[in-house]
Parts: sequence; C-alpha cells; structure tokens
Amino acid sequence: MKVVKVLGKNKKHKVFIYAISTCAWCNLAKNFLNENDVEYEYVDVDLCNEEDKGKIRRDIQSRGGSLSYPTIIIDDKILITGFRKDKIMEALRS
Amino acid sequence: MRQRAEADAKTYGYYLNPNPEFLRNLLEGLKRNEERYGYPSCPCRLASGKLELDRDILCPCDYRDPDVLEYGYCYCALYVRKDAFEGKIPIVQIAERRPLEKQARAYGEAAEASPKKKTEPSATVTKVPSEAKLKMWYCKQCGYVVFREDPPYVCPICKAKREMFAEIKIHTGLYG
Repeated sequence: MKVVKVLGKNKKHKVFIYAISTCAWCNLAKNFLNENDVEYEYVDVDLCNEEDKGKIRRDIQSRGGSLSYPTIIIDDKILITGFRKDKIMEALRS
Repeated sequence: MRQRAEADAKTYGYYLNPNPEFLRNLLEGLKRNEERYGYPSCPCRLASGKLELDRDILCPCDYRDPDVLEYGYCYCALYVRKDAFEGKIPIVQIAERRPLEKQARAYGEAAEASPKKKTEPSATVTKVPSEAKLKMWYCKQCGYVVFREDPPYVCPICKAKREMFAEIKIHTGLYG
C-alpha cells in the first residue's frame, strides 16, 4: 500500500486520509490541509491492489465508517466521512 | 467529456458545477476512468473495473436524479440544479445513496477470501457477488426496455419513475 506523506508545520494531530485519486472532494480535502499547513498521510485506494483494498475496507468498517471518500482519520480515533470542513477544523482545534 | 456532460445536463434541465476548478477536476477524473476502465465511472466512487458491477455508477449514475431532487446536486456534484448553480443553496458533499452491497463489490473477493482476517467483526462483512444478476425491465409508460440488475430510477426516454418499470420474465418449456 503506497502511503504518501505530505509535510506541514502543523503536526499536532495525526491526520490520515483514505482517498480516490480522481475524486474532486478528496482533492478539496487534501488542498484544505495543504492550505492550513497540516501534515498528513494519504492513500489513494483506487491505486491499491485487491488485497490492500480489502484491508482498507475492513479498516474503515471496523472504525464504524462507510465506504465513502475521503475518509479522514484523526489521531486514530476520530473518523470523518466526506469532506466536512467544519468537522476537520473542530478535530484539529481540540 | 465536457461536451457530453453539457449536453446531458441540458437534456435534463441541469447545470454543471459552477466552480471552474472543481468542474475541471471532475471532468479530468471522468476522463481518467474512461482511459483506465474503458467507461466513465463516477470519479468520486471506487469502481471495480468490471462494467457489469459498475453499471450503476457510470456517469450520469443511477443516483443522480434522486440526489438532485433531494439535495440539488448529485453525489460528485457534477450535475447541479438551478438553485445550486446560482449559489442559492450551498454545495457540500452529500451522503452516499448507492447501497453498501454494491459499493462493496469494488473491494474484490480477496476481502472475503483472505485466511488471516478472522478477527474482523462479522457484522461488517457484506457479501460480494461475483457477478450482478441482470434482469430485463420495461417501462410501462413508453415501452423502453433495459437489461440490468435494477430498474432505473427514471426512464431515460419518457422520464417515468422507477415504479413504472416491470420485469420481463421469459419462461421456456416444452409443449406437446
């Protein structure tokens, strides 16, 4: 699974995104974090092999998420489905 | 890709997303999917790469019309209603209407077959069919016939609702 790390000055929280490379909402989420200088990691699920896709599906569902993208996981405990700017800001402020 | 989307929007009385950058992103995603899968599946959904399993998310997807009706725009927000186009309602990402069992197909059978994954809670496992069960449907209003898993939400010819579709069952047998 190819995990891409995007460096940023804001490292207070561990931010991880499951995304789709062609998804405009996922790109908005990535751009939003870039603009706010937040460090994060992401995986483009559509570029993964079948085995990794299965792992990702299990990971998202075991956390109570749905299979929509972007799925954003903050500090391994907060899961945000979809690009919800308000929810991301709230999680990053805490 | 843009011309195709514009023509389709015009046919249905929709508009394309008013944000030029977002729209460009969506159209590039559609183009990329057409190149890699051979058909323009929704850029914001995970496709299986098998046409028979992705038919419902071919853009314009099966869920576009009910989503536009309920929210003012479709899941990826390529197609928007006039009020959304004019900025009278905000365009934010909406909930997925596509059923989970159909979404799950894109994750392949490896998700179920892996021997190491016995710790996974069984409640979250959705069975992935190897192939969609296709049926023949006809529109009782105009006679349009389509061969697919479920009837369309809206008839592409006469715009009749899903309820107007009935399955055509073909019985074969020997008669003396």
